[in-house]
Amino acid sequence: MEAAMDLKDLRVAITGGTSGLGLALVRLLAAQGVKIAFVARTTSAVKRTAHETGTHGIVGDIGRKADIYPIALQITGHLGGLDVLINNASSLGPIPLEFLADTECEELDQALAVNLLGPFRLTKALFGALAASARDGRGAIVINISSDAAINAYPGWGAYGASKAALRHLTAIWAEEAKADGVHFRSIDPGDMNTPLHALAIPDADPATLKHPEEAAADIVEAMRASLPRRTAPLFGTPA
Amino acid sequence: MIAADRPDRQSAKLLTVEANGGMRHLPRTALAMLFNPGDLVIANDAATLPASLCGMHLASGEPIEVRLAAWVTARDPTRFIAIAFGAGDHRTRTEDRPLPPIFSLGDRLSLGPIVADVERVLDHPRLIALRFLGDRGVILAGLALHGRPIQYAHIAVPLALWDIWTRIAANPLAFEPPSAGFALDWRTLAAWRQRGINFATLTHAAGISSTGDPMLDERLPFDEPYSISERTAAAIDQTKSTGGRIVAVGTTVVRSLESAANANGSVRTGCGIASGRMARETRLRVVDAVLSGVHQPGESHFELLRAFADDAVLNRVSAALTERGYRAHEFGDSILIQRQLRTVR
Repeated sequence: MEAAMDLKDLRVAITGGTSGLGLALVRLLAAQGVKIAFVARTTSAVKRTAHETGTHGIVGDIGRKADIYPIALQITGHLGGLDVLINNASSLGPIPLEFLADTECEELDQALAVNLLGPFRLTKALFGALAASARDGRGAIVINISSDAAINAYPGWGAYGASKAALRHLTAIWAEEAKADGVHFRSIDPGDMNTPLHALAIPDADPATLKHPEEAAADIVEAMRASLPRRTAPLFGTPA
Repeated sequence: MIAADRPDRQSAKLLTVEANGGMRHLPRTALAMLFNPGDLVIANDAATLPASLCGMHLASGEPIEVRLAAWVTARDPTRFIAIAFGAGDHRTRTEDRPLPPIFSLGDRLSLGPIVADVERVLDHPRLIALRFLGDRGVILAGLALHGRPIQYAHIAVPLALWDIWTRIAANPLAFEPPSAGFALDWRTLAAWRQRGINFATLTHAAGISSTGDPMLDERLPFDEPYSISERTAAAIDQTKSTGGRIVAVGTTVVRSLESAANANGSVRTGCGIASGRMARETRLRVVDAVLSGVHQPGESHFELLRAFADDAVLNRVSAALTERGYRAHEFGDSILIQRQLRTVR
């Protein structure tokens, strides 16, 4: 017996929720009535986004091991469980971008901490909640935001590219391991977007050539919808 | 990170007690090879709150530790039943901790970033009902950042949250970990799935297991809210109808299932409250076997085992555990007891 799951019952956590793609995701999903908890480092930005969108903001740094369980506790404590985790928070590594031979070890550490270890730790801390959701028939998915720098060897993108490549492979392996538990894993490359992160990486990029984060957010939500059980399909609009 | 005196998962031991009283000593990793196709293993997926909060009793200026011990209303993080200690920390055995200041109604407690008022003074100097000020988000953040797991004097390294969440931990509703679940990992669940052994969960807000005060300990466990999903209830029906066994991971699961039991061995779905102790007179309607940590006679966890086996069997179990050096604490070894044939009524 599976009652149709109302969209308002969907519980989503988003890291890096106060700027760029993360903020676009928070706004888009909030407008659909989804229950959201988002995470970001800066208290003032968290308060601003929470106030604007009516969602629950959590102050924390995905790159710090000590922050992970307090974040996980607040996510599940606030949402009462978790169906979707979007690991979106990212670090470029050295700014401006540097060749690897000019990259400080600490800069690579930082990129790995935020782009690889953080998503691993947070997903692991929340995996019990996600699997519980899957067992309950609600479906569960982890979406890890990737990049074409995870595949292509762009000079200057060493710390970012290597960390995103590792995240992509982590995602692929976790997808295989968690399939039978009903927890889906997806890597999604949102493309080059007009975001603060992109501006830090390529300050002189022409914004007109860049995708709006809102468009990328809509694609991600569509992918999320496709991976959840069919009865949740009418995410937008009413069922036929 | 695993505290230095905790056995790792690979070295943990498991004593199994068959329905006829036969015992076997196994490595706990052998759990993956136990049970039969069609059996159903049910675990408690509650995650554990960092329930110990240090701060100050403002009226007296005395330092205080409060340990959240039970919900006033399940899932409402503004109000709790709590046990209070005076100066000192977990390195002192709870038995030796001084009493807290004398509480009056409305006393304010400053607990790191959050503040609580004493809402009720209960009938023991350590026992209060408190209410946190502020909204849910503020309180959850305060608990998450300032709260510490309830610590144990026998473990040298302070426990972190990642030490006390089982692999399957989902919602933070327990006050101490449902520790039998430390025996589970995802590899074991995968092995069971491959062998046709089913797995389900319920959520039981495991309360504080001991206070160090004999009079308070006699009242344990406090009332504990639980919830059982329709899927889990249906899996129990299916298992019973095909002659499979119901294996409870932990005494909290036994308490939930038997509290929710109907006379025919099915269970009521939804939320309930498990109250009181289970012991030898408890008639088991649902559970056929329990996987538990190693506990001492007199502890409520051990007394619950009397519903599964008589004194003669449990005396032999206790002797075997002592002889083989089983570790009897939250992060120790495990026993699996089948309901003994003679106790089937």
